[in-house]
Amino acid sequence: MRDRLIIGGHDFGSRFILGSGKFSLDMTETVIQNGGVEMATIAVRRANKNGEENIIDYMPKGITLLPNTSGARSAEEAVRIARLARELGCGNFIKVEVIRDSKYLMPDNYETLRATEILAKEGFIVMPYMHPDLNVARDLVSSGAAAVMPLGAPIGSNKGLLTKAFIEMLIDEIELPIIVDAGIGKPSQACEAMEIGCAAVMANTAIATARNVALMATAFKLAIESGRAAYLAGLGRVLDRCGEASSPLTGFLGENL
Amino acid sequence: MMKTNPMTYLANMEQIESDVFEKVLSRVSSYDYTQYKDCDVKCALLKDTLNPDDFAALLSPAAKPYLEEMAQKSKALTHKHFGNSIQLFTPLYISNYCENNCIYCGFNCKNKIKRGKLSLEEINTELKTISETGLKEILILTGESRQKSDIQYIGEAIKLAKTYFSTIGIEIYPLNSEEYSYLNNCGADFVSVYQETYNLVKYESVHLSGPKRVFPYRFHAQERALMGHMYGVSFGALLGLDDFRKDAFATGMHAYFVQRKYPSAEISFSLPRIRPYINHEEKEINDVDEGALFQVMLAYRLFMPYASITISTREKAHFRDHTLGVCATKMSAGVVVGVGGHVAEIKGDEQFEISDPRSVAEIHSMILQKGLQPVYTNHITSKGLVGWGVW
Repeated sequence: MRDRLIIGGHDFGSRFILGSGKFSLDMTETVIQNGGVEMATIAVRRANKNGEENIIDYMPKGITLLPNTSGARSAEEAVRIARLARELGCGNFIKVEVIRDSKYLMPDNYETLRATEILAKEGFIVMPYMHPDLNVARDLVSSGAAAVMPLGAPIGSNKGLLTKAFIEMLIDEIELPIIVDAGIGKPSQACEAMEIGCAAVMANTAIATARNVALMATAFKLAIESGRAAYLAGLGRVLDRCGEASSPLTGFLGENL
Repeated sequence: MMKTNPMTYLANMEQIESDVFEKVLSRVSSYDYTQYKDCDVKCALLKDTLNPDDFAALLSPAAKPYLEEMAQKSKALTHKHFGNSIQLFTPLYISNYCENNCIYCGFNCKNKIKRGKLSLEEINTELKTISETGLKEILILTGESRQKSDIQYIGEAIKLAKTYFSTIGIEIYPLNSEEYSYLNNCGADFVSVYQETYNLVKYESVHLSGPKRVFPYRFHAQERALMGHMYGVSFGALLGLDDFRKDAFATGMHAYFVQRKYPSAEISFSLPRIRPYINHEEKEINDVDEGALFQVMLAYRLFMPYASITISTREKAHFRDHTLGVCATKMSAGVVVGVGGHVAEIKGDEQFEISDPRSVAEIHSMILQKGLQPVYTNHITSKGLVGWGVW
């Protein structure tokens, strides 16, 4: 059975999207290999074209680049960064993130929505990073987003799926891939995200802060695959109380009155 | 007489852009309820949010042994979403003239029944009398005759109703969105249109003539109502007309896709099933016994826990009472299904026979005895603020 992740008409065998900003650039290839990663983000602001330590130079061939608009504080800034990414030859994918809160780094849903609308019209494959709000997610769909990327917990916190109940709403209601972005700190949390029906998981800090970065990339790969398989298999039942012998609510059927 | 194509719109029927029709019909055409097994039902019962496939499993024969489990879960969900509230309303038939020839219906234009239409004065008297029972929600019904009960007439009836009731629903022939908007401005907020069956071949064979024969125009009525700013819409199939599992599945899918497209719409279900009616004895129907009907109600509740479910007076008191709080959240009381009849003699015959003639006071005390709460008002209209006068 071929189980592929489709985003904006492109398909991927891997459901592990790697964030790349937090580990040494020379680890990039190993992490990508161990994680079976096919798509990795790059911060456009870190692209140092023809310069030293240019993140793009460290990306192995064949990987799909997902440039992000990190650093943008408004829709206009995000749009400008996206256009620069295209100029740099990073392709049409763009992860929109607009953050105007430097303490908690919370995404600004309103500005993100505006940027998504503009960029989708310009032919970008837009993957907006957002706080999981159902109404905004619906608006992102109608604005032409190709996926929706809700945060699981504050970025870099490794706290896991704190927003699980809200992400589940998006999974139920939104007919686009829901990709948990931010907050996933352990393979078990990535697995849980996949079990509940997320289409993919994005992680960076969890791997970058591990003692053994290369091994943690492998662990994430396995966890994401395992969670996906569990989702496809359909979770089994959980017995939370004993069965009841009588039929208090259906006993009336067939009573002849 | 040449039969018309039921897919062809008549002149003046509005056609809207919508993919809901294709989505629902394609789901239904691939629904094979015999393929579901025990484990599919158990799996569906485990979930917090059901997808269409889980809903399909709960409507299948495989779910029959799990009725008690379904009922337990349904009761918990009903309580979670509605507390112990049971909403009360009553219908008022203002006209039974009809231009449709639907072979299962008592209002069938070929039936030699007593036809009648209330004057505005008579409507006012009926409304006043009904309001004296304490009810605050009314459902205004007509047969399908744009000639005998035109939009202006219905609009005037709604305006009158607004002076006594806080919530007004209409169960009339399907309209264009502008007409819905007009009636919304008159004070109606809720629209019921029942597709009867979602099987086009069957639909064609039982709707022999009249505007109702146009299948897609009826299908899109809820969407047009929402485009006309109505607050909520109701869905239902006449269970027993065709394969009831398929029709119940289609009804759920219809509501599901409309809800997804109009997330703010209030969704309700009704579950009429075929009962005996005048001039036409029951014949060749797919039997929907009480167990089957209960299964469908429970499946609706588990699939759309937030939807209102109305239990019909076509059902016996015993059955109605047991569904309350388990899945049903709304019921009619003090029901007369002839035209008029709350004050004077009825002016026109009824569409069907009712099985629960209890008065508002009787229903009220039954609900209290069950530990539930009768609710009379649950809605503030945005339009026609005259209605505030009754608060």
